[in-house]
Amino acid sequence: MPTTTETAEKAHAAEPRGGLRRRWGNSVLPRHLTLAALGLLAVTVVLETTGSFANSQLASMAYLGIAAGGLTVLTGLNGQLSLGHGAFMAVGAYTTALFLDGDNPLPLPGVLAAATLVTLLVGAAVGVAAARLHGPYIAGATLALAVAVPGVVLHFDRLGGEQGLGVRMPETPAWVLDAAYFVTGSELNPTKYVAYIGWAALVVTYVLLANLMRGRVGRTWRAVRDDEVAAEIAGVHLGRARVLAFVVSTACAGLAGAVMAMAVRITAPSGFSLTLSLTLLSAVVLGGLGSLTGALIGSALLTFLPHLVTGVGVDAGLTDVRAAELAPAVYGLTMIVVILVAPAGITGTVRNLWRRRRGAA
Amino acid sequence: MQRTRRFRRATRLVGLLTAGALLAACGAGGRPDDGEGKTTPDVGITDDTIKIGGHFPLTGVAAPGYSEIPSGHKAYYDYVNANGGVNGRKIEYVVKDDAYNPTNTSTVTNELVLKEEIFGMVAGLGTPTHTAVVDFLNAEKVPDLMVSSGSLMWGDDPSKRPWTFGWQPDYMIEGKIIGQWVKDNMPDAKVGLFLQDDDFGRDGEAGARKYIDGQIVETVRYTPGNTDVAPQLAKLQAADVDLVLGFNVPSYTALSQLTAMKINFKPKWFYSNVGSDPALVGSLLARFSEGKVKSSAALLDGVLTTEYIPGVDATDSEWLKLWQKVWDAHGAEGELTNYRIYGMSQAYTFVQALQAAGDDPSREGVVDALEKVGATLEGPGLAPFRYSEESHLGISGMEVVRLKDGKGESLTPVLVTDIGDAPITEDDSAAKDVPPANGIPDVKPAS
Repeated sequence: MPTTTETAEKAHAAEPRGGLRRRWGNSVLPRHLTLAALGLLAVTVVLETTGSFANSQLASMAYLGIAAGGLTVLTGLNGQLSLGHGAFMAVGAYTTALFLDGDNPLPLPGVLAAATLVTLLVGAAVGVAAARLHGPYIAGATLALAVAVPGVVLHFDRLGGEQGLGVRMPETPAWVLDAAYFVTGSELNPTKYVAYIGWAALVVTYVLLANLMRGRVGRTWRAVRDDEVAAEIAGVHLGRARVLAFVVSTACAGLAGAVMAMAVRITAPSGFSLTLSLTLLSAVVLGGLGSLTGALIGSALLTFLPHLVTGVGVDAGLTDVRAAELAPAVYGLTMIVVILVAPAGITGTVRNLWRRRRGAA
Repeated sequence: MQRTRRFRRATRLVGLLTAGALLAACGAGGRPDDGEGKTTPDVGITDDTIKIGGHFPLTGVAAPGYSEIPSGHKAYYDYVNANGGVNGRKIEYVVKDDAYNPTNTSTVTNELVLKEEIFGMVAGLGTPTHTAVVDFLNAEKVPDLMVSSGSLMWGDDPSKRPWTFGWQPDYMIEGKIIGQWVKDNMPDAKVGLFLQDDDFGRDGEAGARKYIDGQIVETVRYTPGNTDVAPQLAKLQAADVDLVLGFNVPSYTALSQLTAMKINFKPKWFYSNVGSDPALVGSLLARFSEGKVKSSAALLDGVLTTEYIPGVDATDSEWLKLWQKVWDAHGAEGELTNYRIYGMSQAYTFVQALQAAGDDPSREGVVDALEKVGATLEGPGLAPFRYSEESHLGISGMEVVRLKDGKGESLTPVLVTDIGDAPITEDDSAAKDVPPANGIPDVKPAS
């Protein structure tokens, strides 16, 4: 997939830069950390000024964002199309549910890490197999996974079968409540707590991903995506690069699944149907392939659009059933329009427009 | 150059420090010492409105049939509202689509409770879906009334889920009643169980096995979503089963019938109430067979099932006349169906509960009232509710019927029982209830 991003990057590199720009551009980590800090600040402000329901929506956006971020790295940067990320989210979610079950569960960061790690291991196993495959065959293999995992779950009684496992959120630690009150002046309810966890996880993930993408690893991934032969001649180990991209991406999906389990309060096979995997992919495509901002925008659309559309439908006097049917229809139409009008996705198109304008000036 | 850089760095540092200080200043510091005792007025209720909500599959695979239930609710509430409401309050019913996906149920319940600020959840549908939110509703102390599912979870342990009430007969008592009937009337039949692989199938099986454990020669289960039931039916056929007992949803009634036709398997069929709506199954059969089978309620002729409220086939029932009147005046598009009647019957019970909670109902008041007078409520149910402090389970019994031309012919009087080893007794008392002349219940406040 030699894309516009590639040429754009070259153009970018050729541009003369000012002193500050260069320093800003070269020191990736401080820049990402500053952005992360600003992001966290913005999240705090938004979560504190919106109601409980908006908080719960933002928690959903966070887990979709984490998974979409991981997927955009895999598909956009490394060119592997995964249709099975919902299955990896399921692995993360079930791990979380199991770890939170019992009287003395691990502290939450431990649970999140465990879910990520378990999914990472599963991802590594699948990734090794997937690295031998190309293009549509990877899609096929991961598709099989997306179909199989919810079915496999049913065979283990410990996993609750069709009804799934309830996820018990542990009590919010007292020091967190105190600290939250100290800073914001309002009590931290469980919904908001989960939203904070989700967004903290998202920010950490995005900083790590952004660094990977900007560094040597990211360049290797792009090289493998754009021209395998050239990459191999340049000394890149194709399989290793592919597996690494796959593993990183599935670890994100695992973390997303963990946050999802906490936000949804249940993990059931029907929550991880093929639709979830396809939804993630559509979020990535809508937002703009290969861009973390795009993944975030895509997950925002996914979270807020259906709800918005149904609301408009009900206000317009449609029956509940019609209004409910409106949401998938509008989402589908949006998808079609974006692909027709803005094939590079929302961020890609905005970026291109911006470049063209600067080029013209 | 060197100087400007240092200067810039200093500027940045000062900026950061200022921002930090500002943030700290914005914060509240510690909590105020005096924790004032808040008595919040109950949400969702004003002097002239009460807002309730429910989650249903309006789209997706479970939508046929089930999406009609909320329209029944709405029609009945509109009827009550047009006649002055309950104690002057109009009932507003907010319906959200969860597409039978627990993840969505969690989202839309958040929306109902946190954004719409409903007084209570009424008739939220589905076992896996409602399981996702039952703990949340109880933690938020939101009344969770008349769950549209027969799982034991909605009432067998009120100490664990004090805010949740069932409505329809649970699957275990249905299993018991079916089991006893089979034992008495078909003692030599070899029975095969066709079960949905969740609480529904499990509770039904447990009930049936109390009576016909020895007669059951084969048990097969299906997972909702997997539309190929040929292996299961072949297994039943191989075991030479005379009677298939199905605890399954309507689409699997259609699938099992179609598959049986294909493999030329002709046992007698006994479907639990959930899966036996003749009109819906008939239309599903036509759809699944791509027109090879003509849609007709007569397709299920001879099939045994159970009934616990009068449906569209009970043409001489006063209840049906009321539902028809309500539907004609306030219904949405479409005919009156059994699912709409189910919704209206639930709505009737909700209005009773609200009346029992007095002039100024609180969330707690509704729950208390149902525990106190719930067992005495007269309604469309053929058997009384079991509501008490010890049990929040719903209707206590049903009758066994045989379907003919889409109508149920009664084979037994109303049989009433409870979970566990409670005996099955005949009790026709509640079946004789008739609706009041104006169609709106008049329940005295419980306290």
